[in-house]
Amino acid sequence: MTEEKILQPISQSSPEKYSEGTAREEGALKPTTRRSFLTGAASAVAAATVASTTGAVAASLEVQPSSKSMGRTTVPQGYGMPSKYEDHVTRNRTDVYVNKQNYSDWSMTPIQHQQGIITPNGLIFERHHAGIPDIDPDTHELVIHGMVRQPMRYTMDNLMRYPSVSKFHFMECSGNGLTDWLAVKSKTVQQTHGLLSCSQFTGVPLSWLLDEVGLESGAKWLLFEGADGSAHARSIPLDKALDDVMLVFASGGEMLRPENGYPLRAFIPGWEGNTSVKWLRRIKVSDQPWHLRSETARYTDPMPEGKFRQFSMEMECKSVITNPSGGMQMQGPGLYELQGFAWSGNGTVKAVDITTDGGSTWRTADLEGPIMDKCLTRFRYRWNWDGGPAKIASRAVDSTGYVQPTVAELAANRRIAGFVQHHNGIFPWAINTNGEVSNAIA
Amino acid sequence: MQLHKLTIASGLALALSFSGAFAGGSKPAVSFGSPITESAIAAWDIDIQTATGKGLPSGSGSVAQGKALFNAQCIGCHGVDAAGGSQYGSMVGGKRPLTGGGYPYAPILFDYIRRAMPMNAPQSLSNDEVYALTAYIYALNEFIPQDAVLDAASLTAIQMPVRDGFIVDDRPDTSATRCMEDC
Repeated sequence: MTEEKILQPISQSSPEKYSEGTAREEGALKPTTRRSFLTGAASAVAAATVASTTGAVAASLEVQPSSKSMGRTTVPQGYGMPSKYEDHVTRNRTDVYVNKQNYSDWSMTPIQHQQGIITPNGLIFERHHAGIPDIDPDTHELVIHGMVRQPMRYTMDNLMRYPSVSKFHFMECSGNGLTDWLAVKSKTVQQTHGLLSCSQFTGVPLSWLLDEVGLESGAKWLLFEGADGSAHARSIPLDKALDDVMLVFASGGEMLRPENGYPLRAFIPGWEGNTSVKWLRRIKVSDQPWHLRSETARYTDPMPEGKFRQFSMEMECKSVITNPSGGMQMQGPGLYELQGFAWSGNGTVKAVDITTDGGSTWRTADLEGPIMDKCLTRFRYRWNWDGGPAKIASRAVDSTGYVQPTVAELAANRRIAGFVQHHNGIFPWAINTNGEVSNAIA
Repeated sequence: MQLHKLTIASGLALALSFSGAFAGGSKPAVSFGSPITESAIAAWDIDIQTATGKGLPSGSGSVAQGKALFNAQCIGCHGVDAAGGSQYGSMVGGKRPLTGGGYPYAPILFDYIRRAMPMNAPQSLSNDEVYALTAYIYALNEFIPQDAVLDAASLTAIQMPVRDGFIVDDRPDTSATRCMEDC
């Protein structure tokens, strides 16, 4: 029997079970949902050439109730929602690091349930500093001023009249993983890596508007400021702004959700999410950075000798296995497809390597296209689990040649103490002989 | 393009961006925005360039005024003497009383209070009140005397303990290799 012909183990119970893979034959990728896969399994068992991992003979089929009744009517107008059987797929407020209030707070994307590179809009992670404003787009305005020849104001109607561009990019909070550096604190990949989302963002290149206002000689930095109750603000170098920064009003094909900046946000590809200021109301041009609270006391990295690293904006190359991942249950020995995401704020993903023996041996995973600049890239690796203890992890390489480091390699140069940002370390999961998958960062 | 004559370095980047990052379309020759004057932006123009104090408004406030205001509006979340309350931890003590890397420039606290505090009524305080609260917090940390009055000049002049406590991003700071066997 070849490995390729062994069907993936199947789960019939809880959403925590590892069973969300794809049944496929060579060359034919056939994605299935957890529940539809049950139906497929019965016919697979009946096929003589396919080996079953259970050996059970399926009972005769009954005609399903859905085949013997009319379904729900088409609603005249409405917004479609996921199946009621998918209500375990939720964006969860941070529950490892718990804030006492939920205005300056964050929630995390269930990336273990994400089936492609695009995060559904209702699951894009959140980080707010003074709650979520509900801003009327008819009253929202953006101003650009400071070291410019002509300060300008733009209504949303003005901005949306420009030709627009759409680009696929990930967005990651610099605090992604901050609870799990040197000790196990989190259980699931949603808790360890869920400050990560990816979408197609649509808006106007900022360079167009900066050209309109006319930059004065000596202009080097921009202030982005939000219209929320924190008036959240960051200093952004002009070079980056002119390169690929967008002012976006849409993601995933629709207008931004209120929690993600409706009606307008900055989008800075590859940089920590905090710099992509939401509810953007003002851009000011200057010759120097502002050194605000969010770039001194916050969003800085503790370093040796009491120093802090400042303006560490790029999110460096990183990857994680999402299936299986912490809290899941393997369904007996046999073939599994290890799946996960890789990304880099400095370019494209060039390779992902997988270890199943705790880092002694590595093998190259398959990358699934499209592979795009500063965008999530899906990887897949077939693994025949022998039922013994294992430690699995992924390691990504980006187009600059940078290789995702271990936590030990990061800790050699940084001070891992307190509230530490920019964790892009290799993240292992342990599998015990009972098939339980757990966080193995330490 | 006239812009190139004005900013040589950034103009080069701009030209690159037109030909590269957004190759799907170039900037239209028309603007859809409308001009505005700096004076019309004044109500939104609240940022401080904290290293120089540029942007600090006129006005002033004392430690005593700040303490009274703190006890009236801030104590519920931050606690007595800003030592930690129902929502947030202490803002007093050590080189970095304001957590994380701390504040290298004293006007950072003014900027933050003015744009974001109090959390339930941001941008409701007068400039004098923001100066007073800033003075109170800095006096609790013994950065200034108890009888101090802060204004634009005196606030900017405070030497913060972590003034030289930061380094600019120097990553990549690892050089991992792609070992495949016997790693």
